[in-house]
This record gives sequence, structure tokens and C-alpha cells, in this order.
Amino acid sequence: MTITSAPVTGEATKTWSGRSMPRKEDGRLVQGQGAFVDDGGMHGQGYAWFVRSPYAHARIVSIDCGPALAMEGVYAVLTGEEAKAMCEAPFFAIAPPPGSLMQEWPLAVGKVRYQGDAVAVVLADTRETARDAAERVVVDYEPLPAVTDGVAAAEPTTPLLYDEAGTNVAWHGVYDYGDVDWALENADHVVKLDRLHFHRFTSSPLECNGAVVNFNRGTGVVDVLSNYQMPMFAAMVVGPTIGVPMNKFNFVTKDIGGAFGIKIGFYPQIAALALLSKKAGRPAKWTEFRTEHMLSAGHGNERTFLDIEVPVMSDGTILGLKARAFDDAGAYLHYEPLGAVIWSQVVPGCYKLKHVRVDYTEVVTNKCPVVPNRGYSRMQHLWLVERIVDVVAHELGLDAVEVRKRNYVQPEDYPYETPNGCIYDSGDLPRSLDLALELAHVDEWRARQRELGTGSGRRIGIGIGSTLDSGTNNFGQSRIINPELPFSGNGEAAFAKLDLFGEINVNLGTTPQGQGHETTAAQVAADILGVTPEDVTVSTGFNQANNSYVGFSGTYASQFAVSGLGAVMGAAQKLRHQIVKLAAFALQAEEEEIELEGGTARVRGDEERAIPFIGLANMVYTNNAGLPASLLSECDLNARYVYVPPFEVPDTVAKTGNLTLTYASQVHVCVIEVDEETGEVKVLEYAAVDDCGKRINPLVVEGQVHGATGLGIAASLYESLDYDESGQLQEPSFYEYHVGTAMDIPDVACGDIESPSPFTPNGAKGMGEGGGAPLHAVCAALQDALGGGGAVVSESHNHWARVYELVHREPGAPRGVEVITRSGGLANDAASL
Amino acid sequence: MGERATSHAVTVEVNGEKVSRIVAARQLLVHFLRDTLGLTGTHIGCDTGNCGACSVIVNGKLVKSCMILAAQTDGATIETVEGLAQDGTLSPLQESFHEHHALQCGYCTPGMLMSATYLLRHNPEPTDEEIRRGIRGNICRCTGYVNIVKAIRAVSRRQATGGHAVTAAAGEEV
Repeated sequence: MTITSAPVTGEATKTWSGRSMPRKEDGRLVQGQGAFVDDGGMHGQGYAWFVRSPYAHARIVSIDCGPALAMEGVYAVLTGEEAKAMCEAPFFAIAPPPGSLMQEWPLAVGKVRYQGDAVAVVLADTRETARDAAERVVVDYEPLPAVTDGVAAAEPTTPLLYDEAGTNVAWHGVYDYGDVDWALENADHVVKLDRLHFHRFTSSPLECNGAVVNFNRGTGVVDVLSNYQMPMFAAMVVGPTIGVPMNKFNFVTKDIGGAFGIKIGFYPQIAALALLSKKAGRPAKWTEFRTEHMLSAGHGNERTFLDIEVPVMSDGTILGLKARAFDDAGAYLHYEPLGAVIWSQVVPGCYKLKHVRVDYTEVVTNKCPVVPNRGYSRMQHLWLVERIVDVVAHELGLDAVEVRKRNYVQPEDYPYETPNGCIYDSGDLPRSLDLALELAHVDEWRARQRELGTGSGRRIGIGIGSTLDSGTNNFGQSRIINPELPFSGNGEAAFAKLDLFGEINVNLGTTPQGQGHETTAAQVAADILGVTPEDVTVSTGFNQANNSYVGFSGTYASQFAVSGLGAVMGAAQKLRHQIVKLAAFALQAEEEEIELEGGTARVRGDEERAIPFIGLANMVYTNNAGLPASLLSECDLNARYVYVPPFEVPDTVAKTGNLTLTYASQVHVCVIEVDEETGEVKVLEYAAVDDCGKRINPLVVEGQVHGATGLGIAASLYESLDYDESGQLQEPSFYEYHVGTAMDIPDVACGDIESPSPFTPNGAKGMGEGGGAPLHAVCAALQDALGGGGAVVSESHNHWARVYELVHREPGAPRGVEVITRSGGLANDAASL
Repeated sequence: MGERATSHAVTVEVNGEKVSRIVAARQLLVHFLRDTLGLTGTHIGCDTGNCGACSVIVNGKLVKSCMILAAQTDGATIETVEGLAQDGTLSPLQESFHEHHALQCGYCTPGMLMSATYLLRHNPEPTDEEIRRGIRGNICRCTGYVNIVKAIRAVSRRQATGGHAVTAAAGEEV
């Protein structure tokens, strides 16, 4: 089936939603006709190049721009101090004190806090001149000791990044649900783990960040053509800092070459470019280069879990968990400490854990700031939960499949309320697991594993990762971090219009980066308006001038299928209502008699009485004399709709509430082979079962599953961002940072189960981020390969050298795990708990 | 110190069209294509020659255009993504990428298509392993390569069963 297929007639086959359709976007993209940010420009623009610190932590003693300014072709240089002087305030802080005292300006002021921190920005007539000139900006630094350990950072003796804050702790809070002390005292077993560490990596979109920013001297309007994925967030943060009101911003995005959350992080650059443009009196174009991206665009959250205690009954029922979490936010709080609450969307993971206490500390260190990264903050916690479930099974000699099935939220439990008041909407985890095991041919691999035995130098491991992709945030959860924040709920806008000749246009508030929004929006609108998706033109990207936006607009946090398409449905239905009203007037019929088909409004059962959309458009736009004023005022053929999900403000003291509307689930099964001699891991088979409710376009959904799987496998085996003690990034380019290639990522067998969400307009759930399931599945497979009594997989990243160490663990070396078994507990009566 | 040329005259044939320009000596081929000729379909994803977004075919060889100077291509025949479709008809690979959802953000796609085009010219019936080897120099962050492999495989089979004449040496390493 292709998008060029002929219109389908007949009521029964008339829906386009739910069909696998190749995308409308592809035509331009396969021909090199896309419009990515670096493809564009403005007349008279200069090229910007940031001067970045080679030190992780240093005082800026002096900056001499003279040699750079003396170069031919250099328009301007802007330093941190100058930028600050042009600003009205530092960037808005999400955190309350002390985090709010960790101020950030468009460029570093007084101090640099990570390798790659921007101290100045140059504007010149060519990219090459700008780059050369940036090297001639002479910065004198006085190096300071670097803080690179996310746990040690919290200790009072550790050097401070922000003297004015008096601590490196940006936020601290205790999440305490149920009664974990009681559970630990009364469980048959308590499994203790010393330390689990989720590593730092980035989904590193192939297109780096970029923007063309113009501070219009005549109007004061700041035009921002960029690939920023959450434009109005940038506007809200940058506006008050540089003194520009919302109605003087014009954010525009076009094609975006991947984002994965990372493209929420570069608002400081947009602010700096706006000030640079203002200073130089010409547009500033900046295209980040890869090394710059790896150093400074933003990394995913690194999190260390300490003192983990897990109460377990002897039948395998896991009662809860207790842990201390240290999240390393890097040098500036770009979107943080939102991650310190966002994880709590999935407190019990996929399981019926009732008693959970997490003591959560977020720190700043001399590393690149973290920003949302596909699976943002939930992935780290879900990995903790999955490691716990897996380790419990191994340590107690239980079957990893059975332990999961026993503890999963069961199909009959939905809607299921978690200990912190989140509502899991629907799902069937046991069936998802069965399907994944079948797709991965686990029975055959188990047999192979037994055949292989020991002594062959090779080991086979089979692992499961079960996760949730919580979608459509309730922004009220930000108040759990800071009760003063003026945010709650969520929403998205869309615009549907019947154009002059009866054509249909749809504008979105979203900023798609490959998720196929133009196609799925067209499918949904086509169903409502009685046309084909081909008949619906969906504008590419975001344009503030379209007015199809709200404060939450953008593409992030797995929500388009709900909030984006909810808005499209609403707008299309509004437009349909107008079309029907006009047609009823034109055809002298009742509104109930009008049906829309093939771009024509007709009276049901009377073929003679019909009017094509062009006729209705003509009535309104170019031939309206004599029409009733009441009709015209109701039917302007321009319909804007804002979808708002039903949310309440969470309880910020108890830290409870419904934090997300939908919960798509993923169950992955991974089969690996470990080479004992080299530590190399090969993925032999991989299966992913995704349940995201009703799928609007299964082809697109499956593509998202493939992508999330590929990134997760690469992160688990190949991709890691590591700093040495002086704060130097060890993987600052694609040479050192081994991005997964087609040789590394295996084929993926996909299965799907559709458990429609009862809470969304279309039964769909947001999806795409994927919960990091491959990280969990690969770790579990590795644990399986290591066998009972072997090393415990305690790192999320397991490249060959670490795997070698795990396989060749010194006998008797500490395993970091302990099981305390208590006789006379609750007599194995898990049901009473 | 001898006189150093900071610019060179370059004449190339790009997608069948002959163009002559004076280029800066330091200009990379990818910047020549994008900035000077306005062929923005060829993309840049890294600065170390690892990502393959800038892949083009120069004198019949697959080249990462960020790893070669424009001045080095004087007299060359260059093929870019803009030249794949002929007379408004997508190439079989372009069509197959569309049908199999082998692209999401589309940023790697031009380079991926050039590598796949080159692969099939030299190995019209590759195994999956050979397909993966053929695109190992092209990074995609969206698709996990699953549908890209599928799309290339579909075209190769179609070519094999459709009896297309392929004259280049088979099995050459990419």
C-alpha cells in the first residue's frame, strides 16, 4: 500500500487511521529536498563560532578579543560579561534554592564549569574565518580542581562549582511510599546490592544543533530558525533573560535531523546568538560541529544507586525497594532537576511493588550538562528495577520469567494505581513476555545454551527487559521539585483549514524529527473530513506565526499520538462541523443529512444534491455577499483546537498524583553470545513486543521500536561518555564515541499487542522513547551468561573490557550482593501483603 | 617562502551538469556541493569521516565528501542524491526506502542511498551481511538499520529477478 493509492470508497473500508502507510515526508527526504537548518540562511548573515573552554573548571582571568577583531571579515565578538550586561536576568531556574542559586547566563561568566563551556562567540563573514578568529580569542584561565564523581560531589569537602550556592547538591528529596521498613523487617528474604551505576551516553542525533537568529533592528522581533524541539520552552526561558516578549519571538523549525530530547538543551546558544545578532546588527548563523556537540550539546543523565535493599517473599513476590540515588546533572541545570521527579512516573516499573523509598540527590559536576535523552529519567529508574528483579531471581534461584510474571501488573488490574498515585491505563505484560520469548526462539536457545555447557570458551545468555514508556506528562509534577512553579497539565494545538479552492491544510504545534507526524496527522484528518491523506497538506515543522501552539508545544516525552493527534482530531472535527453547516445551508438540508466523501459534501441518499469543497470555500472566501452573517461568523473554515488531557495538580508534599496519561509497555528479549577470551558480546537474536494501545500507523510505530532498540543496544554495548579525573571527555567525537553501526545492531523481530488506552481520544498511547528496554535486556542476558554465583552486572554499559572482567572475576572477590534470609517471617503468605 | 595558492579553478560534472568555479584551497568537497552549488541534499553529521551523511560517488567510487578537498576533484564526475531520480521517477532504491519506511528523520538518507547505490552497482545480489558491510560507514540513529537493510534487500532481489544488466565487478569490498 502506498500513499498514492486511489481513494477508497465504501463505508466499511473508509478509515485511514490504523493502516500501515508509507510516509508523506519521504518524497522530499529521499531526493535531498528536505529543509534542514543548515540548508537555510538569511541575507547578510554572519557565521558564528563559539570559543569553548579546554578546562573542566577554571576561573576566567581575562579575555582578549583584540587579535580576533583585527582579522579581516570578523564582524563581532561577544564575551560572557558583555552578554550578561545585555541581559535582564539569568535563565529561569526550575529548582528552588539551593539549585536556583546555580545561575546560568548565555555565555560563561567569571568561571567555566565544564570542558566545552562557551566563554565567547565570534561572528564573521565565513565559517572558516569565524573558526580561525575563535582561535585568536585569547582567554587566560586559572584552573580549579574538577569535580567528576556524582556521588562525591555531594560531600561537604568537595570543591564547589557555585560558591554562591554553598553546595553541589542541586536538589534533594525523599520519595517514600507504603512502608518499606515494615516490608524489610517482615520479608522472607532481603536482597542487598551495594551499588548500581547507570552510565552517561547520548543518542547523538546525526544532525547537530543549529540556528539562524536575527534580531531585527527595525521591529525588535527575534527570528529563530532552528532545529530546537521544544520551541516555546526556549522562548519562555530565553525571553525574560534577553528582554524579548513572546510576541516578538518568531520560532520556526523545518526538517529536523533527529533530536531524541537532546535538542531541548541548546537554548543558551539561541540566547547568545540573539545577543550576538543584536550587537553585530546582522543575522547570526550557527551550525554546531560534531566535536562541539559531543562536548557541549548535552548528555543523558548518569545515575548511581547505593545501598539497595529489596524485600522478597520466598514465592518470589517482591514487596518493594529502597535505595539512595545520585543523579549527576553536569555543570548547569538546563532542564534539571526535572529528572528528579520524572523518574517517579514509573515508581514500581512494570511490577506491583507496594513499598518504595528512594532518597534522591541531584548534584552538579564539572561535566557537560545533562538534557533529556530518549527514555529520559524513567529509563535509569526502570533499569534499577529490572536489575533488581533479575538479581533477585538469580540470587534466590528462581526463574527470571516466572519472577517477572508473578510480579507484573496483571491484565485484570488496569487501570492500576501505583503507590504514588500514577494510573497505568492498560496493558498485558504476561502475554507480551510470552510473545517476546516466542519471537526470540528462547526454547531453542536454552537448548543450545545447555549443549554448549562449560569449557567451550563461549557462553550464551538470555535476558528480558520489561519497561514502560510513560507519555503525555502532567507538568504539575514539576511542583514536586518546586511548589512555586506555575506549571500544571499539558496540551497541544493544531489548526485545520479549508483553503481557497477547497484544499485542506493542517498546521501542528509539534516539531517532528522523523516520527511521521505529517502522515499520521493526515490519516486522522482524512478520516474526519472524508478525503484521502494525500488530500491533506500538513505543514512541515513548527511556525510560531501559525498560532498553532501552546506553552507545551513540541515533540518530546512520547505524546504526539495522544496530545498532537488529539489536537488534530479536534481541529478537523471543528472544521467538519463548519463544512457540514455550510453544506446544509447550500443544499437546503438538515445538518444530520450531510455526509462528506471524496472532497464533496452531499445529502445522504440523494446523489443530485452535492457540493464540492471548492464550492463551500468559494461561498466563504470569495463569494459571500448575501450569506447570513450568523453563518459566516460561525464558518470561517479556519479551525484551531487545543487538546488538554485531564489532569489534577499533584500533591507536592506526599509527592503523589497522576503524572502521565498513558503507559505504553515494552517487553524485550535478547539472546547474546559472550566470547570468554575477548569479552566480546554478539547479539544472536532480539525480539521486541510493544503495546502502545491503538496504533494510528503500525509501520511508523514499528520504526520507532526499531530505533529505540538500536539506540539502546548501542548504549549498552558500545556508547559511553567518560571523563578523566581532570574532567576531560574521553569520547569527544565519533572516532572515540563508537556509535552503533549496521554491523553492531542486529535485526529485530517485532511483535505487537494493542491494549487501547481508556484515557485518550483515540485509544492510542504515546510511544517512541521506549524505556531503554535493550539496556535492561542486554544486562539481564549478560547476567544469565555469567550464571548463578557469578559476578553481578552492576553497570548499564558493558563493553568488551568490562565483560571480560565480569567473566574472569577473581574467585572470592566481593560480588556486591548479599541475601539475608529470615526464618519465621510472614510464613510465605505474600497474598496478605 | 614560496607563493601559496589559496584558490583553485575547478571544473566538475555534477549529476550530468558541467560546472566551473574558483574554490578556496581549504574548501571541502561537501561545502563546495552544499554552499557553492546549493546541493544541500548531501549532509554533514560529523567532522571525523565516521558518519557517512556526506557520501557521494566521485568517478565511480564511493567517497565521504568531508574527507576530500573540492580542489582535488577537478575534472571529476560526481553523483549526489539529487541525481538519483531520473525524469521525475524515483530510483528503485529511493522507492524502496519509501515503501519499507527505511528513513525517519531523513538526515542520513542521502548518504545511505549513495552507499546503497554503490553497493548494488558492484554487488547486485548481496547477502544481508554484505548489505550491512556495505552501509557500515553510514550512521543512522533512527531506524536501527532494520528497515534500511530490508529496503536494500528488496531492491537487490527485484534487480536479480527482473534481470537488470549490471556490468560492474561483483563482490568488491565497499
